Amino acid sequence: MLKAIGLRSVDDLFAPIPAEYRLNRDLNIPRQMAESEIVDYFRQRSRENGDGYTSFLGAGAYFHYRPVIIDSLISRGEFLTAYTPYQAEISQGTLQSIFEFQTMICELTGMEVANASMYDGSTAAAEAVMMAVRLTGRRSVVLARSLHPEYREVLTTYATHQGIPLSLVGFGGDGRVNRKELENSISPETACVLIQSPNFFGTIEDVDAVAEIAHKNGAMMVVSIAEAVSLGIVEPPRQADVIAMEAQSFGVPMGFGGPYCGVIATREKNVRQMPGRLVGQTTDKQGKRGFVLTLATREQHIRREKATSNICTNQALVALMANIFMAVYGKVGLKELAKQNLAKTAYAAEQFAKHGKILFGGSPRFNEFVVQTSEDPKAINSRLLGHKIVGGLPLKKFYPELRNAALWCCTELTMRSAIDTAVGLVAESERSVRSGKEAGLEEVTR
Amino acid sequence: MKRMTRKATRHVNQNEGLIFEKSSPGKSAWKLPPLDVPAVDAAKLLGSSERKDLGAMPEVSEIEIIRHFTRLSSWNYAIDLGMYPLGSCTMKYNPRVNEAVARVDGIANSHPYQPEEISQGALRIIKTLSECLIEITGMDAITLQPAAGAHGEMTGLLLVRAYHQSKGNPRKKILIPDSAHGTNPATAAMVSYAVENLKSDSRGMVDIGLLEAQMNEDVAALMLTNPNTLGVFEHDVHKIAGILHAKGALLYMDGANMNALVGKARPGDFGVDVMHLNLHKTFSTPHGGGGPGSGPVAIKKILESFLPAPVVVRNTDGSLAFEYNRPQSIGRVRAFYGNFGMFVRALAYIQANGPDGLRQTTEDAVLNANYIRKGLEGTYDLPYDTPSMHEVVFSDKVQAKKGVHTMDIAKRLIDYGFHPYTTAFPLIVPGALMIEPTESEPKEELDLFIEAMKSIAEEVEEDPQMVLDAPHSTRVSRLDETAAARKPVLRWKA
Repeated sequence: MLKAIGLRSVDDLFAPIPAEYRLNRDLNIPRQMAESEIVDYFRQRSRENGDGYTSFLGAGAYFHYRPVIIDSLISRGEFLTAYTPYQAEISQGTLQSIFEFQTMICELTGMEVANASMYDGSTAAAEAVMMAVRLTGRRSVVLARSLHPEYREVLTTYATHQGIPLSLVGFGGDGRVNRKELENSISPETACVLIQSPNFFGTIEDVDAVAEIAHKNGAMMVVSIAEAVSLGIVEPPRQADVIAMEAQSFGVPMGFGGPYCGVIATREKNVRQMPGRLVGQTTDKQGKRGFVLTLATREQHIRREKATSNICTNQALVALMANIFMAVYGKVGLKELAKQNLAKTAYAAEQFAKHGKILFGGSPRFNEFVVQTSEDPKAINSRLLGHKIVGGLPLKKFYPELRNAALWCCTELTMRSAIDTAVGLVAESERSVRSGKEAGLEEVTR
Repeated sequence: MKRMTRKATRHVNQNEGLIFEKSSPGKSAWKLPPLDVPAVDAAKLLGSSERKDLGAMPEVSEIEIIRHFTRLSSWNYAIDLGMYPLGSCTMKYNPRVNEAVARVDGIANSHPYQPEEISQGALRIIKTLSECLIEITGMDAITLQPAAGAHGEMTGLLLVRAYHQSKGNPRKKILIPDSAHGTNPATAAMVSYAVENLKSDSRGMVDIGLLEAQMNEDVAALMLTNPNTLGVFEHDVHKIAGILHAKGALLYMDGANMNALVGKARPGDFGVDVMHLNLHKTFSTPHGGGGPGSGPVAIKKILESFLPAPVVVRNTDGSLAFEYNRPQSIGRVRAFYGNFGMFVRALAYIQANGPDGLRQTTEDAVLNANYIRKGLEGTYDLPYDTPSMHEVVFSDKVQAKKGVHTMDIAKRLIDYGFHPYTTAFPLIVPGALMIEPTESEPKEELDLFIEAMKSIAEEVEEDPQMVLDAPHSTRVSRLDETAAARKPVLRWKA
């Protein structure tokens, strides 16, 4: 080949790089490994990574069963190794499946249009807010403290340099957005109110009431949904103007935090300000139905600095996982699946309530709940680890005022025996703290 | 069709409707285990929040789902079917061992908030990949948090902004060469920088004279793709860096074309301050029909304190941990730690290659591009004869005289069994054909491609209409994109 090009050595190919910047040594990285060694390396890492533990963690990443056909189908090279479907004639597989995905997301969220995907729930929420800013021409944003704290952090990063002021609204004793506070925070400059439902504590917000306040003030209502399975049994926020979703629960592995699948859904009238790719139906020259990427005039490769977002690569293969998941469970299965989540959680919360304190108990919840204990949940969790159980997420880091509280999650995969073991250890902790206190009191009396 | 192709065959494909069109009540593909806790009354628990109906969600059986998606898949072109010479997209082979190791239980099913003491495996993967990428780029530190290339660009420019802010003035604008990818200006706008275009010189490189003239202390950074989108190495990159640094500005490198450099040259050595990588290009993670990607951002020491939190650090006992306490951080750009599953695949790729393999990969990628260039020179117009690295850009100047443009040639290429090259980009070449073969293609496939391209050029001379009507072998012919945009149908309705 070199001869065909008319070169003598491979080095000639790199002559355009000035000699002083050419690397004349080996990269200092691990040596070449055989496939068997690579597999072994990652198996070892797997063993160091919680393999075999039962977990009560949720908080934006949920452990649901993944039907095996998801991986069978997404492993087909025709899906796995295809590029973004710009050449529609040889990308109808990807395009049609995205069209189906958009449709199912619309059905589940009650919105009119949904995009082909965003990076994840956190960036989808941030982009949804930017969308509301463009649509309203207003420049400030009110968001709930009960929104996932890391989603809040991402929005802060996106908003800060755009000069978009953010104001936070707290939650009441019922775990829901404090409506009085919201009334006071909202102003004629508010582009949107952003809440999550079910919120970070698993509590289902009174979306209609919040929407009413937002709309009364001319602001848009943006709702983040982090637990997609909730849509099987929880009424979607139909009053929202924009929904920013995380579809990880729909057949996407937790994978230590990613890749996941964000989605934005909205009303038809807002579509031209929606970021991300969109697939639309059309016909070919013979009048046959086909699908294409459309409304590209919103996007960076056409509009450059005037685009709605810089997003380019998104999460197509992950959206395909979600698409297959939704097809597997469908109209009936999704409801039954959500009901099992509800039942496991109701049972667990009831058991925990016998020993610890369940916060925000007055409001409906989906599959998460907050347990407050006398002892630091980190200490309880480290004992649980001995039983190969990962306890709820300690909340002190995000909500110091909740003190010794932890966020627990149950899904259809949580076994009753694991719940009973966890409850047993919390009960033990409470007993020992109580007897410790009593012993202390006796000391004082003496 | 006039000419027999040596490669393409019409593949068998069935008609396949939408999944909703197969739905009927009572069919299902799911089964839940019996409940081991008491059943609940959803209406009682949820009250008015209870959902009653799931609308038009489908009801289908498992075999229908398998057939549906298998049939759909047969309508896709893919790397697994043949060469995918999309310029600047680096469509290389996606090794299957990557997929296997990403699915090992403790990796696929680990929760991002599980305690660090049982997350040492994941932390070690993040740390090892970070170290490899730092060495490959010649930079000092890295964040793996950005979810894709454009997200990496945003993160990089936020770091630039934070850096200038710490010096008292965030500055006003970003210089972007006219050959740049559209994400560059879109990103600058997202972090509230004005965009100023920089014209290329006759070699297709940054015009040093113009850069000097446009340079002042309002410039926060220059976003440079190197090799640029013409596949040309910016020979004066050190001078460019010097001009920027003299005015206190930074050099950002878009690493989309890093496949031309790995193991041969390091951006950190030629003056780059901040850059992003695309793990889904250079490091073989699959494109998946448009994602997931991963866009790590590598930086010089001066930017380290601004990195998104958390970063992975080593405890005194040797174990690894996330450090969140970073007061100067630009903040998070994504929940959790980024597209971890892509880190696993990229690390597996680096391990499968090692230092020798990565160098060889780059050499093969550049050799393949130059082989195509040589093969098609004379048949297609070469607007810039500057030496090519990993990709080559032709124009349709000769064929346009017959009314056939780059998109038409691209569509005809489909009939020969190839995915089209990148069309109409970079913008500085009217009617561009941007071809990047990557290292994955054997000589036999390259020869078939060259032959196909030459054959199309002859067809343009003999029967231009036939090329204009291409593709002829696909399930659907050219689709009406104008109608799709004018009256958008974005979802199925019963």
